[in-house]
Amino acid sequence: MNPIQEKAHSISLMVANRPGVLVRISLVFSRRGYNIDSLVVSPTLDPNFSRMNIVARGNPTILEQIIKQLEKLVDVVQAKDHTNMNVVEKELALIKVKCSPEQRTEMLQLCDHFKAVTVDMTETSMIIQITGNTDKIDAMKSLSQKFEIIEYIRTGKVIMLRGEDKT
Amino acid sequence: MNELNTKKTLNGAEVTLECLKREGVEIIFGYPGGSAIPLFDALYDSNMKVVLSRHEQGATHMADGYARQTGKVGVALVTSGPGATNTFTGIYTALMDSIPIVVLTAQTTTPNLGKDAFQECDTSGMTFAAVKHSYLVKKSNDLPRILKEAFHVARTGRPGPVLIDLPKDVLAGVCSASFSDEMDLPGYKIPTYADLSAVEQAAELLKTSKKPLLLVGHGAMISNASRQVKELAEKLNAPVTSTLLGLGVFPADHDLSLGMLGMHGTVYANKAVLDCDLIFSIGSRFDDRITGKLEEFCKNAKIIHLDIDPAEQGKVLEPDVFLCGDAKLVLEQLLPMVPRLDSAEWVKTVQTWKKRYPLTYPKQGGLRMQHVIHTLSELTKGKAILNVDVGQHQMWAAQFFNANYPRQLHNSGGAGTMGFGFPSSIGASFGNTTGWPVCCIAGDGGFQMTLSELATAAIHKLPIKIFVLDNKYLGMVRQWQDMFYDKRYSSVDLVGNPDFVKLAEAYGIPGLRLKRSADTERIIQKALDYNDGPILIHCECEKEDNVFPMIPAGAPITSMITEMPKTKLEKPTGST
Ligand SMILES: Cc1ncc(C[n+]2csc(CCOP(=O)(O)OP(=O)(O)O)c2C)c(N)n1
Ligand SMILES: [Mg+2]
Repeated sequence: MNPIQEKAHSISLMVANRPGVLVRISLVFSRRGYNIDSLVVSPTLDPNFSRMNIVARGNPTILEQIIKQLEKLVDVVQAKDHTNMNVVEKELALIKVKCSPEQRTEMLQLCDHFKAVTVDMTETSMIIQITGNTDKIDAMKSLSQKFEIIEYIRTGKVIMLRGEDKT
Repeated sequence: MNELNTKKTLNGAEVTLECLKREGVEIIFGYPGGSAIPLFDALYDSNMKVVLSRHEQGATHMADGYARQTGKVGVALVTSGPGATNTFTGIYTALMDSIPIVVLTAQTTTPNLGKDAFQECDTSGMTFAAVKHSYLVKKSNDLPRILKEAFHVARTGRPGPVLIDLPKDVLAGVCSASFSDEMDLPGYKIPTYADLSAVEQAAELLKTSKKPLLLVGHGAMISNASRQVKELAEKLNAPVTSTLLGLGVFPADHDLSLGMLGMHGTVYANKAVLDCDLIFSIGSRFDDRITGKLEEFCKNAKIIHLDIDPAEQGKVLEPDVFLCGDAKLVLEQLLPMVPRLDSAEWVKTVQTWKKRYPLTYPKQGGLRMQHVIHTLSELTKGKAILNVDVGQHQMWAAQFFNANYPRQLHNSGGAGTMGFGFPSSIGASFGNTTGWPVCCIAGDGGFQMTLSELATAAIHKLPIKIFVLDNKYLGMVRQWQDMFYDKRYSSVDLVGNPDFVKLAEAYGIPGLRLKRSADTERIIQKALDYNDGPILIHCECEKEDNVFPMIPAGAPITSMITEMPKTKLEKPTGST
């Protein structure tokens, strides 16, 4: 990881389910040279709307502007930066490692520690599924490096405000 | 159920047309082609006025000019593929200046989308960044709702261009949806009044100001806030400066008027910006043309920023108070809260500057563009509509035409689109109800970008006075090369210009020649008296004149230059 990388911001959007809405949103980011780390689109209880969770990095003043410009899009109902707010943040990762039968016990111990589960196993490999916040997944990934990681994928972060209020 | 729907089944094109009528559209600027034929077929026996342009860019600027003149939504209609791409400059121009237009682009049939069909173009994909909003219509039955929404979005809030992409089968297919006023825009908000506490804060700031300055932008024009701006200026006793697009909102003749500020603004307006203790922007967005070097702009002044667009808050600079709302409504909120300020000293100072540093131009030498504009202003007593192109002539039009009324100076401000002036004057002429002459003020360069619309002006016998201010150069670029690039005139010589009088005559438009300063009044009067359609006045001007005052791009206002410097200047750090 780049040591001077800027802080990651968690943004949550409520958008009308319309073709093109994703492009309009990404254009707002790309115009300001903002990098999107992850993006999750999900249906909501109301089929007319989708929820988007975006993690992006960059200058916070520019981000404030980006949020306003997102809000301005006709199809965007709400745009909020949830960084530093009281939210539940979770993501899920799948990590595929090389793992011989001799190595299994150690790997399973590691899983146990992180409350990760194995979702696939062969003579030579294992897929581990882990959920949690970003730091936890980063830690698991880094420790799995002891075994050879074949591939790895993350869903990106989903956010929900704690308590009774809507996100 | 609507009567029209019960009588006979309508196809998508007919429904579209009916929707346009329901939105109050009286005129469409367009250009046909294969995919658009169903719409043009519906237009064939309708009473809608259709103006056939000679290029789709022209049609879009016409819709824009019409919108600027009337405040209504302008409509352009073109075919798919190249017809659509030709509108992009016009759409972007409208976006940059917040102009309400609806652009209808025809499209290949829906089953053909994505297959590189003939003249298929991902029009909505290519224009996402240039529109306020857009639609690709997939079902004929969606048409009534989408058209309703498109006009609503185009004209409300901060206005802007809306594009509707219409596949041919959607136009030709049966539409059984009824016309209704239903819209589905859950994410669309229109600010009206500002937060009361913010208005109170603004009033408090104003009360303590001894050197206030009002900065009027296009937002004040769009919201029709002329009366409120004047009331505020007079009540506070505050001088008023204006952006290029705000000119006319506050009368130029008013004692408190300082004219335009910024790069080619007046000395006194820019001095006032430097010296004021409070600046109140009413519908301007602190464009780099007006702020110069941002860090130095109004460094010691309090800033109140009124804008209908919440995304303007802090975009360029952080105001002390941001008022989000419609200029007219917010000024009405504010007016009762403010007293006359203790600003008499300041107003006196500013007025001394006004006398000491008037806008001038050299009287010797050949014909000056400044003189042409100034004479036009005098002869019409400022009662004319000017559609101006982009370049030196544009800045002189802003400086030397006395605009006392809103919606009389039309400029492509944000985009600076050469080729805008002439077609937009055609749109303005169709929308003109003032009884004043519409004048196109174009340079020899920009005029040649869209001069094919001479046919359009001629056919409709539009009473436009077409001034071609010919310096045989891309003058504004030449000026920069003159001042900052050692006179290395690179690709600015317009050798090969046509004889504009003969050109006009080829379209059946009479042409007048103006070469000598002494003839200016007579020739312009002749043009103004002509009342049988368009007339072109070819003004052969000084080739190498420069626009002053000038603040080099990116430089602080204190770097203002008022005459050609003897020594070489640094290259500007700001853009264009
Ligand atoms: C479409 C477009 N292309 C290029 C430019 C850059 N540009 C700005 S002013 C200018 C020169 C305009 O020349 P002319 O129309 O003759 O007007 P003048 O400055 O001579 O009065 C140019 C090339 C522009 N603004 N728009
Ligand atoms: Mg020129």
